[in-house]
Amino acid sequence: MTETGFLGAALRSRSLVLGAVLTAVFVLAAVVSFAWVPHDITSMNVPDRMKGPGGAHLLGTDHFGRDILSMIMVGARTSIAVAVVAVGIGMGFGVPLGLAAAARKGSLLDEVIMRGNDLVFAFPSLLIAIMITAVFGASALNAIIAIGIFNIPVFARLTRGAALSLWTRDYVMAARVAGKGATRISFEHILPNVTNLLIVQGTIQFSLGILAEAALSYVGLGAQPPLPSWGRMLADSQTMISIAPHMAIFPGLAILLTVLGLNLMGDGLRDLFDPKIRRVGR
Amino acid sequence: MSFMKLGAASALAMMMATGGALAKSDIVVAMQLEPPHLDPTGAAAGAIDSVLYSNVFEGLTRFDADGSIIPGLARDWEISEDGRVYTFSLAEGVTFHDGTTMDAEDVKFSLDRARAEDSANAQKVLFEGIETVEVVDPLTVKVTLSEPDGSFLFNMAWGDAVIVAPESIDDIKQAPIGTGAFKFANWVQGDNITLERNPDYWGEAAKLDKVTFKFISDPTAAFSAVMAEDVDVFTAFPAPENLPQFEDDPRFEVIVGSTEGETILAMNNKVEPLDDVKVRKAISHAIDRQAIVDGAQFGLGTPIGTHFAPHHPDYVDLTGNSQHDPELAKELLAEAGYEDGFETTLKLPPPSYARRGGEILASQLRAVGIETEISNLEWAQWLEQVFNGKDFGLTIVSHTEPMDINIYARPDYYFQYDNPDFQALMDELSRTTDPEARSELLKQAQTIISEDYVNGYLFQLATPTVAKAGVRGLWKDAPTQAVDMTGVYWE
Amino acid sequence: MLRFAFKRLVSLSLSLVVASVVIFLFVEVVPGDPAAYMLGMNATEETLAALRDQLGLSGTLVERYLSWVGGMLRGDFGTSYTYRTPVSEMIGERLWISLPLALYALTLSTLIAFPAGIWAASKRGSVADVSVMGLTQLGVAIPNFWFAMLMVLVFSINLRWFSAGGFAGWESGFLPAMKSLTLPAIALALPQASILARVMRSSLLDTLSEDFIRTARAKGLTKRQALWRHALRNALIPVLTIIGLQFSFLMAGAIIIENVFSLPGLGRMVFQAISARDLIVVESVVMLLVFAVIVVNFAVDIAYAAVDPRLRVRG
Repeated sequence: MTETGFLGAALRSRSLVLGAVLTAVFVLAAVVSFAWVPHDITSMNVPDRMKGPGGAHLLGTDHFGRDILSMIMVGARTSIAVAVVAVGIGMGFGVPLGLAAAARKGSLLDEVIMRGNDLVFAFPSLLIAIMITAVFGASALNAIIAIGIFNIPVFARLTRGAALSLWTRDYVMAARVAGKGATRISFEHILPNVTNLLIVQGTIQFSLGILAEAALSYVGLGAQPPLPSWGRMLADSQTMISIAPHMAIFPGLAILLTVLGLNLMGDGLRDLFDPKIRRVGR
Repeated sequence: MSFMKLGAASALAMMMATGGALAKSDIVVAMQLEPPHLDPTGAAAGAIDSVLYSNVFEGLTRFDADGSIIPGLARDWEISEDGRVYTFSLAEGVTFHDGTTMDAEDVKFSLDRARAEDSANAQKVLFEGIETVEVVDPLTVKVTLSEPDGSFLFNMAWGDAVIVAPESIDDIKQAPIGTGAFKFANWVQGDNITLERNPDYWGEAAKLDKVTFKFISDPTAAFSAVMAEDVDVFTAFPAPENLPQFEDDPRFEVIVGSTEGETILAMNNKVEPLDDVKVRKAISHAIDRQAIVDGAQFGLGTPIGTHFAPHHPDYVDLTGNSQHDPELAKELLAEAGYEDGFETTLKLPPPSYARRGGEILASQLRAVGIETEISNLEWAQWLEQVFNGKDFGLTIVSHTEPMDINIYARPDYYFQYDNPDFQALMDELSRTTDPEARSELLKQAQTIISEDYVNGYLFQLATPTVAKAGVRGLWKDAPTQAVDMTGVYWE
Repeated sequence: MLRFAFKRLVSLSLSLVVASVVIFLFVEVVPGDPAAYMLGMNATEETLAALRDQLGLSGTLVERYLSWVGGMLRGDFGTSYTYRTPVSEMIGERLWISLPLALYALTLSTLIAFPAGIWAASKRGSVADVSVMGLTQLGVAIPNFWFAMLMVLVFSINLRWFSAGGFAGWESGFLPAMKSLTLPAIALALPQASILARVMRSSLLDTLSEDFIRTARAKGLTKRQALWRHALRNALIPVLTIIGLQFSFLMAGAIIIENVFSLPGLGRMVFQAISARDLIVVESVVMLLVFAVIVVNFAVDIAYAAVDPRLRVRG
């Protein structure tokens, strides 16, 4: 596929474009928030609290009188950072493990890796995330670790499955005959061919990471104040939902739209990379 | 729309139905925390006292609604000249709920059990002064103290000092047997505890037949449970932001009472730079109490300037010592050598006064150049890190024990204030029994800690009770963590 | 087949042992002394020691591990530190909420997903298909606790149709109890239904493109008849697998929803036990959940292998 052909196909996919735009909006908001936000969110202004949307505060103010739009922009930073690093941990450990397992199919190593995967899958993930933060204290970093751990088996399994089918291909056989080692083959021939798959799965895991971070912050185990986070904004708003519903609606919408954007983008990318699935699935 | 009208109409019909009927004889009282078990002498959990104190269990003395100490199972007492020997005369004809008689032997058993070597009593200090407990006759007990203690009768009113029976002690955690006007009936764990009227009560019988304590920890659920009239009373309602809605609603009544909870910004007096009184003074002046009361408690709470309850007759208003003055705070910091400010930790336990108050406080401190690293802790972590480990710079906590200014005389107490003068003053206080002299000493004590800026004094915690209109006899204030139902009735 | 089953059984037991060690060690390092938590701020050191003895918290690590595992093998899950009642009883009570809630949510999700998935597949590419798929995208993306909050706002606070939390109790009758589980079940079901509907649709489309359906069509069946008579049954296999997975997820994954609605379920019990440092409850419940998932996976593996011998070589 040529460069323009790829781009053209990408632009023709409605879900990909919509997803990319939604994702870009929030990434942009996060980036802009480093330089500028509509109102300072570090100082509290109690007399101004729980103002409805409109006027000086586009999305209203929270129970401390802070601007909700600014909070959402800075909160995007937290959500995105946590999810990106968690996916990074998942890929960083999962992909090499998957490659190794596939290269030594049926060996003890393979067995240990796959059983280890099953074991992690068997643990109720949210419960373990809560336990991890209970042990090491609630912080954005520990939320990242907790979410990251459960990403490892996802990528390990995916990589192993895809790599196994590649190992039977002719060009890999040829490389083996040429005397290349398993590690070299894994990185030179197998890895490049599973990249598309990893990008698609990475997008999906990214969106799951954002949801998981929101859930952890919601129960108070994610990023700590004064660092804003969408999940904690929702938790704070809960008792005020009957008097200031906007406090609950906007952060929730932010999560919903970001996750939606990422999922649409993931679906679009999958269709783009794999015309076979596209034919069947869509 | 039509559904909404239908809902309103049926609610109205229900209201009329309950309004027209005879006075109800049962009540559902909601609170946030469930007791872990039902032995008031075996854990610190205030929820145990909330349900059982004075309803099921009684002590020698007891708290009255205004916080004063009145006779309980002991109807009368004599104090020896030297203030060391207390001779209690017990009420006659008192039986436990299992039918056994309550007599001097039970009192001796209870006090000896609480102060024993292997006792798991959470307030063992209350019994430390006791030297011997002797049974004189079935209705007379003689307690000898190692030295005079002006607060002994007060100590005996605590929930941790209630009288229990040796016959029923083994099952007390699941099936508490006391002498009170209500007896324990049932416990659905995770949901509710039911008490029934004790028909054989020795004193004035309870007016209600049945009391159900329901546990609703989530503030949102608390709000809708009251709105839906699933509960008749909610004590210590957890979301002050919702109170105006109840006040505007004729179906409900909001009673805001005071508690014994001095809410303070505790400072670790032993770590740099908080060991410098100038720095502590600067922090105290950086605090805008009203903003914290408004922002965290939606206006509920009285600002305090020392560690003493404002409703107490001996209270001295010392808020003037630490007026909100960021400029002065910055000057003081510069004088102490921290013109660029400094960084410290702010560790917050779960209650919303601490979590919300902490966020506001952090921004107030930032305004004078002090950066805080906030960590939200659960109680178990807070106890381990802050209270026992003393690994903290700042923390916010409400000290709900009544009359606890003596904690400042304990140099190993978590904020580690070590002032020999203050310690001497407290020694003198416990030896003093003359009310006027005691009052003078208490005033001095308040002034010392205020001028030493030991901690940042924020506000006295208020306790809002939301009740259905027509419920009478509820305690307004909370001198102890009790929800005394013995005098409650429906109008 | 026997050899395969035996091999899987060995690895199953190994997994369980590893899981129990991991859980035990993990819980052991949780900071915070349960005794200190229970006795509060005025406790003396000797009182703490006395209570620790009563709770069985003294003794070496290995001793405590062995007594925990030994107890579980005998069906004794220990005694809760805070409530002082057997953990197995507590689990039993909580299951009466968590299990019906999971079943309720699963039923709802199936009832929504099947028609939606089948409808979308049968009208592939139509407006109906696109809107159903769009809605499922929303359903997957919505944080379920936020959805729960919005439902509370609308149905509890504004309309007052449901109470916003708490459980009426089975003793108050079947309908009141189910009513208090309704909003939580909907909140749990929504994302599950969305996933299930998508799986249903794509599985049906896969089957519809297979040879035997073409043959059936060639024999004169209408598209509709082919779908209902042949395709649906074959498309159900992946769908049922997902339902199985979702059930085990719903048992443990309801923690947050149980918190929003303050339902005294299993997840909430563990959550509270973690904050109260009631470690024995945490250990036992997590172990039980892990045990359930591992055993279910084992059963599924064996069942598949029995049906399809090719799977006996691990793939």
